[in-house]
Amino acid sequence: MKIPVRFIASRSAFYLFTAFAAITINFFLPRMMAGDPVTAYMQRNAGQITPEAERSLRILFGLDQDSSVWEQYSDYWQLLFSGDLGRSFSNGLAPVGDVISSALPWTLGLVGIATIVSFVLGTATGALIGWRRGSKADVIVPISTFFSTVPYFWLGLIAIAVFSSTLGWFPASHAYDKGSSPEFTADFIGQVIAHGALPAITIVIASLGGWILGMRNMMLTVLDEDYITVAQAKGMPNRRVLWNYAARNAMLPQLSSFALSIGFIVGGTIVMEMVFSYPGIGKLLLDATTAKDYPLMQGVFLIITMAVLCANILADVAYAILDPRTRQTEA
Amino acid sequence: MPDPLLSVHDFSIVYDVDPPVEAVKNVTLELQRGEILGLAGESGCGKTTLAYGLQRLLRAPAVITSGSVTFHDASGVDIDVNALDIEEMRRFRWDKISMVFQGAMNALNPVTTIGAQLDDVFQVHRPDLNRRERRAACEELLELVAVGRERIRSYPHELSGGMRQRVMIAMALALRPQLMVMDEPTTALDVLVQREILRQISQLRHEFGFSVIFITHDLPLLLEISDRIAVMRNGEIIELAPARELWEQPQHEYTKTLLASFPRLTGERGVLVR
Amino acid sequence: MTTPLNLTRPASAGSPETATLRSPAASIPPKEKTFLSQLASSFAMFRNPKSLTGLVILGVFVAVALLGDVLAPYGALEKDFTALRQAPSWAHLLGTTHMGEDILSQIIYGTRGVLIVGFLAGIIGTAIAVVMGVVAGYTRGWRSESLSAITNVFLVIPGLPLIIIVASQFENPPLILIAAVLAATGWAWGARVLRAQTMSLRNRDFIQAARANGEPLHRIILVEMLPNLMAIIASSFVGTVTAAVLGLTTLAFIGVIPITNLNWGTILFWAQQNGAFPDFWWWYIPAGLCIAILGVALSLINFGIDEYVNPRLRSAGERARAMKKKGLDINETMTIVRTMTKTSTPSKQEGPK
Ligand SMILES: Nc1ncnc2c1ncn2[C@@H]1O[C@H](COP(=O)(O)OP(=O)(O)OP(=O)(O)O)[C@@H](O)[C@H]1O
Ligand SMILES: [Mg+2]
Repeated sequence: MKIPVRFIASRSAFYLFTAFAAITINFFLPRMMAGDPVTAYMQRNAGQITPEAERSLRILFGLDQDSSVWEQYSDYWQLLFSGDLGRSFSNGLAPVGDVISSALPWTLGLVGIATIVSFVLGTATGALIGWRRGSKADVIVPISTFFSTVPYFWLGLIAIAVFSSTLGWFPASHAYDKGSSPEFTADFIGQVIAHGALPAITIVIASLGGWILGMRNMMLTVLDEDYITVAQAKGMPNRRVLWNYAARNAMLPQLSSFALSIGFIVGGTIVMEMVFSYPGIGKLLLDATTAKDYPLMQGVFLIITMAVLCANILADVAYAILDPRTRQTEA
Repeated sequence: MPDPLLSVHDFSIVYDVDPPVEAVKNVTLELQRGEILGLAGESGCGKTTLAYGLQRLLRAPAVITSGSVTFHDASGVDIDVNALDIEEMRRFRWDKISMVFQGAMNALNPVTTIGAQLDDVFQVHRPDLNRRERRAACEELLELVAVGRERIRSYPHELSGGMRQRVMIAMALALRPQLMVMDEPTTALDVLVQREILRQISQLRHEFGFSVIFITHDLPLLLEISDRIAVMRNGEIIELAPARELWEQPQHEYTKTLLASFPRLTGERGVLVR
Repeated sequence: MTTPLNLTRPASAGSPETATLRSPAASIPPKEKTFLSQLASSFAMFRNPKSLTGLVILGVFVAVALLGDVLAPYGALEKDFTALRQAPSWAHLLGTTHMGEDILSQIIYGTRGVLIVGFLAGIIGTAIAVVMGVVAGYTRGWRSESLSAITNVFLVIPGLPLIIIVASQFENPPLILIAAVLAATGWAWGARVLRAQTMSLRNRDFIQAARANGEPLHRIILVEMLPNLMAIIASSFVGTVTAAVLGLTTLAFIGVIPITNLNWGTILFWAQQNGAFPDFWWWYIPAGLCIAILGVALSLINFGIDEYVNPRLRSAGERARAMKKKGLDINETMTIVRTMTKTSTPSKQEGPK
């Protein structure tokens, strides 16, 4: 296969630019903040902060007023490249990087799996509904639309009220039972699945509608294409026409939606984690906001943005693999 | 000595919309084995509808309201197309009758290689072939239509319009069908490429002996390549005669108008050696 | 918070890359055109059952918001300590909170907060989207590229975390600020679709003709282009409002918006804080349902617009049902035979398997 140099170059440029923009926003965030909670915090805890930790906090929060913005900005980049995101006020001054990396796997696992399940399930359902035009299955569209206009957190609360509090089928909160600690045993993995099931199902139900509708609409457009008639004239069985010809083409716009919706999904799951007390990135962010833990907030935002960027890159790669035309034309 | 391949009797197709459109009305014709039958007529007269209708490719609201289509298979079995069930129909299609479509630009699936699309035909209709045999067959087909075997991994957008149409012809040849229906296969192409492709079709027909129903509104072109020509108007076949006869002594007024509307012909046979 | 629902807009209204919008307004023969006459004709996009249903529901909410003082039986924060956590009754149709506040009244007053912020955000966001999208679509070269790069950055940067951080900086953020922040993170979709559509419009005959006639730029954009973009602008507005409503209620639920700004999310915040789950259903079900119903109404409006822009979406269902009445199945892959003659199989009705 030819290597689509132009395509890769232009996409890389875009991602580098976005990463740059996100980091710059992150740089300015604390500089726009009202008041100066950091100084106050540091005065209160003067003895506990090492000088270099204090220096990096000053850089991160623009407290080194004696240097120009440009110097602050370049210092900030240097800090980032050395992997220093500062110290978390609310976690006993643990490095922000460490705090985040203990939460990140939970979010990635839960949201990643739920999102992929939702995407695959929704796209397949949408393909079938679009294929059987005007059949009874059309009622799935309004129902799933209803669920996707409901806020995630409300759905989550109801799910807890019904399935945990009332029926007792699932544990209501946290990622594993109290008292156990992460380890590779069947028991622990079972706990993780039991705790993750309800939030994951909620995410799937809340996000399914968008995929179903998008795919159905695209199928209706694709089914009128000539190559579908040709496939039928070729005597292809319906299943082959549906999946290899129609759905294969109709799913391409789904992929670009997927890339762009990741940011929204992340937004939804932040609140989700709060509702389920799930120890992921979203809960971390909310805890940081209530505790006014600015270094942690900033670090979480940076990591979320980078994660969304990575997911975008993956979706882009998938798109490029699935649509030969992009590789050549899109500049 | 007549050796019919396809007998169409009193065949009618209606688009059941408001008001209903009678797109094909009581068409009767008989196609001989190895013959090229030209089907001419102005735009909207029902040529495509008839061609699709022959193998029941039209979707609702199209309805076959009368008549029969009988395919006289080389094995000696007569197949009543209207009586086939959906699975028999699926197996019948492409194996007995293949098609080259009007406006082939969009006839190929844009996201898979042309090799895979050729391969599909063998996978479905010739399940006993193994991967290597299928691959060899696909390459042979691409050579046959002068696209070249090295193009097997190309995507449709990487080919010119002419090449895409050749790929479609290769695909139509794949199962060595007894009849090939060509619906304006060259309309979108420039004259030189058009000639080249027509020459190729003629050659291939010589080689494999299939019959062709060739649809176009380009009557002079039909005069060159067809054995017989049917002129269609408002869903009816108003005249059906050998090509030379139709040109020299058109019977129907409409045929005369149609012939007169084209620039004068040279009267000589064109490049197509038959 | 936003669901991926409005993300499907590009797919249905012509995906951004391909921009194949068959805007019917574009095919209306050019009479003498003014901005207003063009605008009036674009109301056709709402003339379908889905959009109308959505508009009616929305209208009810608007009426409730406007007439809140008349409709609400109690004050929003009026406390009745003799009636705490009461189930629905004739005195309190939707029950009371732990402080004896009437929940129906809270919902009625909360409608106002939701709609004001939603519409403000929709207006601001759509304004940004139109400016960014149309300019990026009309110009060429670096200007267009850089505007579209900015749009894409805003699409990728996750909005809600940003809003949470920004909103948490303020002790008491004013409504307009909340709306502005919600708009700032919600305009990019519209801009992207508008850019694609403007680009394809720019090359259409009637725009080319207007340009050749030497019509001034503002006239071309205002009279020739905007009316043809109306459907997308409307759907982008509705999408932004939907996102803003979800975002606002989410922020209120998290507690980063002061509870003095009463809206449905605030009610849920109090319910959650005061242990309403799972027993005091009247406290949390109605507020959530209101969000969902408003969301459905907005989505319905957009479905209607989508179907207006892409008639294929509409005809698929309608055509299929119309045909079913005649005994035809649109999904049949083989032409139906309906002859009265010797082939005694009148019509084989197998659908695709
Ligand atoms: N799906 C449909 N519903 C209703 N009427 C249809 C439909 N498809 C075709 N028709 C009508 O049937 C008639 C025949 O159409 P057909 O496509 O067979 O013409 P054609 O001879 O192939 O024309 P062309 O040379 O332009 O390809 C036309 O009047 C057309 O309007
Ligand atoms: Mg035709």
